[in-house]
Amino acid sequence: MAQVADTAQKYMGGGVLRKEDPELLTGRARYIDDISMPGMLWVGIVRSPFAHATINTVDTSRAANLPGVRAAYSGADLASEWADGLPCAWPVTEDIKIPKHWPVAQDKARFAGDPVAVVVAETRAQAADATEAVDVDYDPLDVVIDMEAALGDGATKVHDEFDSNSCYVWNLEVGDVDDVFNNAAVVVKERYYHPRLIPNAIEPRGVVCQPNLPQGEFILYSATQVPHILKTTLALTLGMPEQKLRVIAPEVGGGFGSKLNVYAEEAICVAVGRRLGMPVKWIEERSEGYLATIHGRDVIQEMEVAADSDGKLAGVRANLKADMGAYLQLVTPGIPILGAFLYHGVYDCQAYSFTCTGVFTNKTPTDAYRGAGRPEATYAVERIMDSLARKLEKDPIEIRRLNFIEPFNEAREVASGLSFDSGNYEASLDKALEAFGYDEMRAEQQRRRDSGDTKQLGIGISTYIEMCGLAPSQVLGSLRYAAGGWDAATIRCHPTGKVTVVTGTSPHGQGHVTSWSQIVADELGVAFEDVEVLHGDTAISPLGMDTYGSRSLSVGGIALHYAADKIITKAKTIAAHELEVSEEDLEYDGGIFSVKGAPDKSKTVAEIAFSAWTAHNLPEGTEPGLEATYVFDPPNFTFPSGAHLCAVEVDTETGMTRVEKYVAVDDCGNVINPAIVEGQVHGGIAQGIAEAMYEEAVYDDNGVLMTSSMASYRVPSAAELPSFQTDRTETPSTTNPLGVKGIGEAGTIAAPPAVVNATLDALAPMGVYHMDMPVSPERVWAAIRNARGQEVESRGKDTTAAGSGLGSADTPGGDA
Amino acid sequence: MIPASFEYERADSSDHALELLDRHGEEAKLLAGGHSLLPMMRLRLATPAVLIDVGRLTDLSYVRDDGDAIAIGALTCHEDIKDSDVLKQHCGIVAHTAGEVGDPQVRHLGTIGGSIAHGDPASDLPTVMLALDAQFVVRSSGGGRTLAASNFFSGLFETALEPTNLLTEVRVPKLSGGWSYQKFHHRAQDWAIVGVAAVQHNGGAAVALTNMSDVPMRAAGVEQALASGSDAATAATEAAQNTSPPSDPFGSAEYRRDLAKVLTRRALQEAMSS
Amino acid sequence: MRRVSLTVNAVEHEAMVEPRQLLVYFLREQLGLTGTNVGCDTSTCGACTILLNGKSVKSCTVLAVQAEGTEVTTIEALAQDGDLHPLQQAFHETHALQCGYCTPGMIMAALDLITNNEDMDEDEIRTGLEGNLCRCTGYHNIVKAIQQASSEMRSFATK
Repeated sequence: MAQVADTAQKYMGGGVLRKEDPELLTGRARYIDDISMPGMLWVGIVRSPFAHATINTVDTSRAANLPGVRAAYSGADLASEWADGLPCAWPVTEDIKIPKHWPVAQDKARFAGDPVAVVVAETRAQAADATEAVDVDYDPLDVVIDMEAALGDGATKVHDEFDSNSCYVWNLEVGDVDDVFNNAAVVVKERYYHPRLIPNAIEPRGVVCQPNLPQGEFILYSATQVPHILKTTLALTLGMPEQKLRVIAPEVGGGFGSKLNVYAEEAICVAVGRRLGMPVKWIEERSEGYLATIHGRDVIQEMEVAADSDGKLAGVRANLKADMGAYLQLVTPGIPILGAFLYHGVYDCQAYSFTCTGVFTNKTPTDAYRGAGRPEATYAVERIMDSLARKLEKDPIEIRRLNFIEPFNEAREVASGLSFDSGNYEASLDKALEAFGYDEMRAEQQRRRDSGDTKQLGIGISTYIEMCGLAPSQVLGSLRYAAGGWDAATIRCHPTGKVTVVTGTSPHGQGHVTSWSQIVADELGVAFEDVEVLHGDTAISPLGMDTYGSRSLSVGGIALHYAADKIITKAKTIAAHELEVSEEDLEYDGGIFSVKGAPDKSKTVAEIAFSAWTAHNLPEGTEPGLEATYVFDPPNFTFPSGAHLCAVEVDTETGMTRVEKYVAVDDCGNVINPAIVEGQVHGGIAQGIAEAMYEEAVYDDNGVLMTSSMASYRVPSAAELPSFQTDRTETPSTTNPLGVKGIGEAGTIAAPPAVVNATLDALAPMGVYHMDMPVSPERVWAAIRNARGQEVESRGKDTTAAGSGLGSADTPGGDA
Repeated sequence: MIPASFEYERADSSDHALELLDRHGEEAKLLAGGHSLLPMMRLRLATPAVLIDVGRLTDLSYVRDDGDAIAIGALTCHEDIKDSDVLKQHCGIVAHTAGEVGDPQVRHLGTIGGSIAHGDPASDLPTVMLALDAQFVVRSSGGGRTLAASNFFSGLFETALEPTNLLTEVRVPKLSGGWSYQKFHHRAQDWAIVGVAAVQHNGGAAVALTNMSDVPMRAAGVEQALASGSDAATAATEAAQNTSPPSDPFGSAEYRRDLAKVLTRRALQEAMSS
Repeated sequence: MRRVSLTVNAVEHEAMVEPRQLLVYFLREQLGLTGTNVGCDTSTCGACTILLNGKSVKSCTVLAVQAEGTEVTTIEALAQDGDLHPLQQAFHETHALQCGYCTPGMIMAALDLITNNEDMDEDEIRTGLEGNLCRCTGYHNIVKAIQQASSEMRSFATK
């Protein structure tokens, strides 16, 4: 099956404008809140204001008597609707503690925002009024907010049925780690806190359920990234025959992982629709979503590297505590595991150890947020490489070059046990340094240092790697994930020469309709405009594993490529029959089969589609029609990489820090649509800068979210960000025949350490060696102030002696 | 969320507005541009029984050269103030600071009267008014009075306005010297973490602070130091005197006090150099 | 309920609304103009930006009754006879949208900016967009699109 790999590329790699745009630009696209149907009722959710409380009584009578209110339910009222709790599909260890997670809490509320009652009314406003009129009697309980406190003796337990708040401990150890660390010339150990983040897709979540009671059928429209996973898991939660549930993801306004889940509101809307026999709708308010939609990250990382006296890495040891929040959502426990193999980054070493402890707290559950596990790993390794360089008084570029894995074009095993598909880390760094003007920037930095400028310049580097193309099903199985990692595509060649593609991926901004059209147009020799791509409806696209983890092109796109291969294989048989030659005598290029040596004797795929449809003269044993489905299970992950360079300007009086220059050179293998790839990089960088400098979900001691709306949680605007310089190197992946790797998360993974390294680089002369994200103005101000206050003391310490540990010598883990 | 239900009255004149205020008393809230009130109502942090919409009182939307002073109608939107040539010429700090409020969309509807009457200590224009010793013209059905900015802001979201009062005009002086408003915020559209207004007028300097207390406040210590001959940098070190700034996720009180000093120095230097 | 009459995209409408009806939901649910989106509840994100008497405003922070007698323009009015408006075309050509949810508000805010400001540099465009959040594009291509549309609209206007 190699016919199409060599085919002429007319659209792939070229500048094709997106097919998706016209609808989106003119306001005609149909998002979840645009869906309305006769008789539709509105669902409102009553949420616990307390992070931890016993629910004594839920009195819905006042709400039920309000105008327009059709029903009001407590958790107990709805208990009979659930055959099981909401799903956690990734029990990462055999002895993991998985609490029952009912869509509506019945006995206790375990985070501020936990649903405790449901109201159903005729209008949006009446539903809002009714949620205010449900009287819930709570007894507030002690809360656990801090992960380390949660693991302490005698800590309040989030779940009484377990003996502690430790959800799981997951280990990976390769090589003799203790031996390597004991015998290392240099050891650097630091502690990083990766803040809790709120994803903030600009479209809030929403659900519409349309029941057809006589048939026992339900259509669930949801602003989701994962219609297929949602259908299967929700059928189990609701005790509903899976074939009776159809899930449709309409136009979806961004996800970033936040819509990669199975949420209480999805279960509630189907349950309420089933009870009332009426269509129902729930639309999330933004500030409601801050409590009800998963958060990301919230991880404490103890990172340790051992190296020889030149700085050549020998070992890596990472020890994480990851905040699960109050419950396990779809893949909550598995998020740190997605980074578990990447703590040595693009550098090699002999010994590798990773441990993660999952911890329950009385906070909103965490789960996948753009990058998921890989930003944590990249942040840890890229921060500590800078510290290692500082300790050895080397340039951060030099220490990286010393440790890079040499360029390779065949898959090779690395220390953590993964097999990287291909890589050339020097190449992207070289290109980035040139674009950045590294030497001139260093000279400018020196000028500012020498003149004692209030505004200092810092330069940060991040040479990152990530693991994409989730995922080989066997590997997922060995990691105890409950589903496979394959994806599917169908190509249907119509007798009129047009083509319908059905994909199992579920785009929400990524432009699959365009990229998939490019692939099929080139491989089958049809016009780009003549390819229709269908997605996001489990009735139309029954096979699929959806969109997350930069998997769509490198799994779903490859399924499409192989489906095209199947089409060509069948078409070739028919073409040979019609041209009265043997298949071996045919050549295929760009949709045309021609007889070798007699190119005027030829058939196009479109012509074959017509003859396959008329079926008047098919070879013996050939089924009519020209349609093929392929399900692709990737043999390996893909490993995009790259080099990001960032310059920040720090106002040393106020702490205000701005990104002045940002250069990204990414290597995502071969590229189908350069504009889409660049767009993904831009957005990823912006999100990474946001993570590094602006955003953090902050709770008070009672577990109340203080950054409770978009007005206080600081998603940056255009006014806070610069333009970005982007470029690429292309090292084809060896995992798949298109040589593609994925680009959805690269920017978000690469940017945070580039920004923080730059900020620390600006402040190093003042004695600031550590800050946690976000490096907000106050944090920067406090770090400078602390460093100045401790000037004499820290100068007296030997922070470069082996084993002393920069982190422990310089205000460990703290900056305030 | 959708706001809780309320009764809506639209005033078609100032007299009508005052009549409606008298009728509804404390149950009523005035709605001008709505950009302070409506977000609070959407989160149901405010649930007024009656809204009196004064947005149609276009006769209260003006910027006029009024001899010694510039008169600004209370319903003039921030965008018009920002673009006012009269203000740019005679009292540039007001035009400049109006352009720092919120974002363009907010400035198209938000009004100077609304900003001042809301009494939010994180708001920029009240601070500028305080530094300018502005006068506020207030009407009630019983007559009118003029309040000095220095006696106007009485507490967190509290002012000297009574429930039956309508703020109709803001009067600011024609400045004889330089000015500066230093707004320190993390995102462009955010409220100030700290703001400092400095104006030079009639041979003296006035300095006022945003978000350093429950109310906008004058930096008396700075002003005294300047009056007794200190230079800007020295005087600015007094900026945190008698302040009681909030502590929240974006700034501890200690940080704000330090920022006030830095920003005061910068404001004074800019005001004195222009 | 209260009567409200206003002109939306050059069509006069009269309807009964609850005073608490937000303009954005009036447009979306009573007039069926669902192109204007809602992304937050604090007047922060700008997804709901429309033109009210020619000025950009956040329609989630305006009551429908406040819009009495006004002229409203929404994203649906921009493309004419199937041809994209120069701003829409520029967004398309520069890949200035991904999920598209912020796009109508972003375009309406940009339309106001371009109309009222000549020769904006990059900083002015960025500051002018301070009230509109996008989570997909990093704003890079949005700024480019506005630069492109701005010069096209000016050269068109001077012809």
